Amino acid sequence: MTEDQPILEVRDVSLQFGGVRALSDVSFSVGRGALFAIIGPNGAGKTSMMNCISGRYTPTKGRVVFKGRDVTDLKPNQRAERGIGRTFQNLALFGHMSVLDNIMVGRHHLLKNNFLTGALYWIGGAQKEELAHRRTVEDIIDFLEITHIRKAMAGTLSYGLRKRVELARAVALKPDLILLDEPMAGMNLEEKEDMARFIIDLNEEWGMSVIMIEHDMGVVMDISHRVAVLDFGQKIAEGLPDEIMSNPRVKTAYLGEDDDDAPGTGGREVA
Amino acid sequence: MATASLRPCGDFRTTYRQDTAIFDTRNSRWAMILFLALIYVMVLVPILAPAVEDAPVLGTLFAPFVNAQYLSLAIQVCYWGIAALGLNILVGFTGQISLGHAAFFGIGAFASAYLNNTYGIPVIVTIPLAGLVAAAVGLLFGSPAARIKGLYLAIATLAAQFIIEDLFIRMDWFTGGSYGSLANSVELFGFAFDTDQKFFLFALTLTILLYIMAANLMRSRDGRAFVAVRDHYLSAEVMGINLTKYRILSFGISSFYAGIGGALYGHYLGFVSAEGFTILLSIQFLGIIIIGGLGSVMGAMLGTIFMVLLPVVMDGSVGLLASTEWGNTPMITNGLAFFKEMAIGAAIILFLIFEPDGLAHRWRLIKAYWKLYPFSY
Repeated sequence: MTEDQPILEVRDVSLQFGGVRALSDVSFSVGRGALFAIIGPNGAGKTSMMNCISGRYTPTKGRVVFKGRDVTDLKPNQRAERGIGRTFQNLALFGHMSVLDNIMVGRHHLLKNNFLTGALYWIGGAQKEELAHRRTVEDIIDFLEITHIRKAMAGTLSYGLRKRVELARAVALKPDLILLDEPMAGMNLEEKEDMARFIIDLNEEWGMSVIMIEHDMGVVMDISHRVAVLDFGQKIAEGLPDEIMSNPRVKTAYLGEDDDDAPGTGGREVA
Repeated sequence: MATASLRPCGDFRTTYRQDTAIFDTRNSRWAMILFLALIYVMVLVPILAPAVEDAPVLGTLFAPFVNAQYLSLAIQVCYWGIAALGLNILVGFTGQISLGHAAFFGIGAFASAYLNNTYGIPVIVTIPLAGLVAAAVGLLFGSPAARIKGLYLAIATLAAQFIIEDLFIRMDWFTGGSYGSLANSVELFGFAFDTDQKFFLFALTLTILLYIMAANLMRSRDGRAFVAVRDHYLSAEVMGINLTKYRILSFGISSFYAGIGGALYGHYLGFVSAEGFTILLSIQFLGIIIIGGLGSVMGAMLGTIFMVLLPVVMDGSVGLLASTEWGNTPMITNGLAFFKEMAIGAAIILFLIFEPDGLAHRWRLIKAYWKLYPFSY
């Protein structure tokens, strides 16, 4: 495949739960090395979109093409093996495992040892392999500045740290594309700045393409290369951050109509 | 699994290899090795030189290691312990409840006896083969786990328990039907493990081997995958773990352990009958790992020791009570058998309430207490 071919293409994806249309005919493409943001009001279908890309949902209609291959019918674990990593909006760490083990789980598809060689450990090279990957994991731990908590149980950590461990776990997958679902939700300013720096480093130094859902407009407009806006399951705009900022439809979706709408409905029609 | 722990002053880990060791500290490893070596020596010496039993001082020293009751309890710890290790991989680590563990235990016992009796394969080979047979059956009955979880899976394994139990009676050619089947003793290079002392050494070796394998499994790729599936299956899948594969694999491995434990049991008793593998035993296995500590390899062994000793202690204490004046009533003397059953139930309930993490956790607390004494933190 060529360099300028997009890493991810979403073609006319629709997702329907019974009578609810979560997504309707959404298309966009993410270039190799891009930092792509998806924004939109609550319930716009951003996380549903994420789930369609990572494989938790199969779209009712449309295709998801990753690195030139159609992955629409693949399960999440198969997509992970092909290079899609993600973090969750509501923390999804393995609570009773240490931070270290959590991140080692991310190496799962890169490790070769299985239950037989694992049980024999010293015979068959499992130990050697584990230790080699441990080294890589330590690099990730260093990078994300979580060295002091590597032995702590993931379930006992504070919110900001858990978010960071989750990012570390996704990075350990060595993905080409990393999906971040609200990486900065519930963080204070300092933690947000750290997280923004990590995301930029991942994108620029580690060469990962990033798709990010985020509500903090300041962060989104500062760091992302392109922005897509979803509202009621439809893509209403896509473009450079500045274009999005000045787009009247986006303003309407976020702030409501300026004119004669009754207060309380937020300017949006109540379905 | 690597966990944060208290380390003695000056004992630092400087390599990743040390950091992934099964035992936290050098001292605890050597203490365990010494302890096991001591057991081997104490059991081996009276076998090689029976004269020590009658020697004046040595005789009393070696007495517990030739005592028939103690030995049979120790062997019971071995074969139950192996099965409990397996169940803990399934329930404790992968988070899938099984009510059919006794059935897989039984399959191991019958399969080993059958393969030995029918095809003349040496017992030393049929024991691992029995594990594989049990694993195959476990994979089959575990396959619903691909689709269902929790309570529904528990019911599916309950069905497995009853189906297999029924087959034990009906499959005459395999189990000898309601008569049961004979099982020969273990032989290795012409050395027969035919007495309790010798058999205990064999069982202990097998237990240590399987324990180490379980501990290794839990610190390598597939063991972590099991725990990941238990803790958060959705994110496990996104991390590249094939849920179906690991849910069913866990059944296979757990049944393998059960099969080996069962085979050991059969060859120890010399006779296998279908009555031994009821749902009560399944529940007892669950009780073992709850008391020992779900999700702890060591917990499975501690729980087994507890469960094996509980009836003995109950026997002793009720016997003591009965010997006093006010305890010598028909209610107490006749109710002895019921007291034992009740004690198991009470132990499970008390552990669930006061120590849900089991004996393994309590053991860690005790170690921490001694290290920190006289300060509380």
